[in-house]
Amino acid sequence: MAAVQEEARARVAELEARPVALSLTAPAPERDGAFGLGRAAHAEELAAWDVDVLPDGRGLPEGAGDVFTGEEVFAAKCASCHGDFAEGVDNWPVLAGGFDTLADKDPVKTVGSYWPYLSTVWDYVHRSMPFGEAGTLTADETYAIVAYILYSNDLVDDEFELSSENFAEFEMYNKDGFVIDDRPDREYADWSAEPCMENCKDEVKITMRSVFLVSEPPEGGTESVMNHARDQLDSLPSFTADGPSHVAAVTQAAATTPAVQPAAVEAPEEDAGAELVAAGEKVFKKCKACHQVGQGAKNKSGPQLNNLIGRTIGSVDGFKYSNVFKAAMEEGRVWDEASLAAFLAKPKEYMKGTKMSFSGLKKEADIEAITAYLASFGEGS
Amino acid sequence: QSGPDPLITELQDWASYTGAGVDETPYGMPISFESHVVRRNVEWLTASPISSINFTPIHALEGTITPQGCAFERHHSGAIELSKQDYRLMINGLVDRPLVFTYADIERFPRENHVYFCECAANTGMEWAGAQLNGAQFTHGMIHNMEYTGVPLRTLLKEAGADISADKWVYVEGADASSNGRSIPMEKALDDVLVAFKANGEALRMEHGYPVRLVVPGWEGNMWVKWLRRIEVVDGPVESREETSKYTDVYEDGTARKWTWVMDAKSVITSPSPQMPITHGKGPLVISGLAWSGHGQITRVDVSRDGGITWETARLGKQGDTKALTRFYLDVDWDGAPMLLQSRAMDETGYVQPTKAQLRDSRGENSVYHNNCIQTWYVNEQGIAENVEVS
Repeated sequence: MAAVQEEARARVAELEARPVALSLTAPAPERDGAFGLGRAAHAEELAAWDVDVLPDGRGLPEGAGDVFTGEEVFAAKCASCHGDFAEGVDNWPVLAGGFDTLADKDPVKTVGSYWPYLSTVWDYVHRSMPFGEAGTLTADETYAIVAYILYSNDLVDDEFELSSENFAEFEMYNKDGFVIDDRPDREYADWSAEPCMENCKDEVKITMRSVFLVSEPPEGGTESVMNHARDQLDSLPSFTADGPSHVAAVTQAAATTPAVQPAAVEAPEEDAGAELVAAGEKVFKKCKACHQVGQGAKNKSGPQLNNLIGRTIGSVDGFKYSNVFKAAMEEGRVWDEASLAAFLAKPKEYMKGTKMSFSGLKKEADIEAITAYLASFGEGS
Repeated sequence: QSGPDPLITELQDWASYTGAGVDETPYGMPISFESHVVRRNVEWLTASPISSINFTPIHALEGTITPQGCAFERHHSGAIELSKQDYRLMINGLVDRPLVFTYADIERFPRENHVYFCECAANTGMEWAGAQLNGAQFTHGMIHNMEYTGVPLRTLLKEAGADISADKWVYVEGADASSNGRSIPMEKALDDVLVAFKANGEALRMEHGYPVRLVVPGWEGNMWVKWLRRIEVVDGPVESREETSKYTDVYEDGTARKWTWVMDAKSVITSPSPQMPITHGKGPLVISGLAWSGHGQITRVDVSRDGGITWETARLGKQGDTKALTRFYLDVDWDGAPMLLQSRAMDETGYVQPTKAQLRDSRGENSVYHNNCIQTWYVNEQGIAENVEVS
C-alpha cells in the first residue's frame, strides 16, 4: 500500500515538475498610458457607422412608416425573396406565421413567432437588407417595412404606424421565450464522470444508416443522392464484447478510390474586350445575390443569365416571371444591348412591375462592362 | 507483387527529363494529384452560395494546422474584397477617446501568435436528425485550426480608454453587407480575444476576413467577425439578428437557449471514414482523428471499435495547446472484421464528450447548433465506412 502511495506521490511530483506548455509568444507588453496610435473619430464618422439599435430603442433615428406604405416597399424590395406575404420563396427565410410551432419538431422560427426584440428587426433590415443592396433603405422605409412585417404576422392591424415615438412600447410575441445558456447546470456536472472503458453496453445495433450518399465531382462541390440501402439494417452485424455477430465473406477486393484527374484548364483568349469583361465581372457582384451566370448557372430569385443577348425576354424555363416579362415574351421581344442598357439603367421604369428589386446602374461604363461580361457567356438565338 | 516492379526496374520520365523550374507557380497550389482535397459545399443546404457555408476536407488532412486554401468558409453576404488601404477600424461607445485605426496602425501594436480552432456552431447540426451526410468533411468539416497573429483586443480597448467594468459588453461588426454584429461580454473581450491580421504566417484570405478579423478562442465561429470594422463598448448586449433569431436553439418545450458561446469538447475519427475507406486489407491500420474543446486543453481521447462497448485510450499528437485542434491516433492490427468506430474526447475541466442520446435527452431534437455528439462510422469487411447511428 505504501509503495502505491509512494508511486502516486512521485507521479504527482513528476507532473508538477513538467515545464508549463509555452505559448507561441510571450504575452504582448502593455503600457500604462496609451500607445498614441490611431486618430480621433469624427462625429460624422461615428454617425455613419454607429447605427446599431439596442432592445430599448436607443440608437433609432427619428421617423415613421405605416403598414400601407410598408406593403408597397416590401413588394418592391423584399418580396422577390421573402414572398408578397412574407411567406418566403425557395430556401429564403419565412418572416411571418409559425406561432405555436416552437415546441414542434421543426419549429417555424419567424420574426413573429421567434424574434424576441423589435429592435433586432429594425436594425437588421436597415443595415443588411435588401440582400445585395444593403444600406440603401431610408429610416422611414425601414419603419414601414417593419410595420408591414408585424402586420403580416397579425401582430398589428392595417391602420398601424410604427415610429420612433411608439417603438419602445411594442412587445414581441416571444420576448420571454429565451433562457441564457444553461449547459453548465444542465449538463456539465453529469457529463464529467470518469467514463466507462469496458463492457459498457451488452449489445450495440445499427439503428440508422446515412440518409444521403455524397460524391465529390472533380469540378468541385458535391452531389448527394438518397442512400437506397438505408432501410437495410438487418444485414448489418450487431456487436457484443465478443465482437461483431457475423462477418460477411469478402467477395471482391476492396474498392480503391479512383485517381481524380484534374480538369484541363484552358488558357483564356486575350482580346481587346478582355478588360471590359473583367470590369463587368466586378460590376456583376451587385447582381450575384439573385442571378447566376456561367457553367451550371441555375435560376435563383432571378433567372440564370447564360446566352442573354439575343434571348427572348422572359423565356427562361422554370422561372416565374412577373407579368410585364410574360407580356414581353408573348410579344417576342428580345434582349439586345440597347434594351439591356435601358433596363439596367432604370429597371422599374423600363419594365414596370418587375419583381427585380435592384435600383439600377448609374454609370454608363458599368452598363457597358456588364453587357460585355454577360455576352461572354454566349449569345442566344 | 509477383515480379519486379517496372516503376523501379524501368527508367521513368521524371527520373530522366527535367522538371518544373522555380517560379513556375510563384504562389504554389497543391500538386494535381491532390486536386480532390478541396472544401466543398452542399448546394441544397442554403438558398444561395453567397449566404452559405462549405466544409474543410478534414478527412484528407493530417496534423492539426488547416491550410488557409481549404479552410471552410461561411459568409452571410458573400466574401468581400477590402484592401489594406481602404481598411478602417473604429472603436467607440463607452470610451474616453473614440478612435479610428488604419491597417498600418494595427501592425504597430504589440502582437501575439496563437493556434486556435474556429468551429461553426452549426457543425454536425444535420446529425440532430440522425445520420445524414456520408463523410467526415460534411458532418464535421465546419472547422479549421490556424496560427493567428494579432493584437489582443484588450490592448485596443485600453488605447481608447474603454470602460472595462465587468457589466459592460463589446459589440463587434464587420464591413460586409451583412455586418454580422455580435455582442461579447467584457470578461471574454479582456481575456483572449485577438484582432488578427495573419493566419499560418501569411495574410488572411479574402474568405476569412482579409485584412483583419476577430479571433474569439473556443467560442462559436459566428462571433469571429470578419472584415472587422467597428468595436463598440456598450452597457448591454445589442441582441443582434445573429444572437437572437440565429445561433439560438429551441428546447422541446419551445423555449430557446441564447448566448451559447462556448464550443464544448468534441472529436471525430477522420480516417477511416466514409471518404477514407480502408484500401489495404487486414493488418496494421492507423486510426486518426481530431479532438478539441472550447474550454481549454484536450486531456484524453478514447476510441471504440465496437460501438462503445470497449474503449482504448488513444495517443495524443501534441499536448498543451488550448482551444486548438489536437490530433489523436490509435494504431491497431485490423483483423478484417466489421467495426463501429467512435471517439470520445475529454478536456481539462473533466468534461466527457456526450453521446447523441445524452444530447437529445438533455435538449430535445429541435436544435440546429452545438451538436458535439460522439460520431459513429460503420466499417464493413471491405473497409468501406458509412455514417450510422447505434443503439
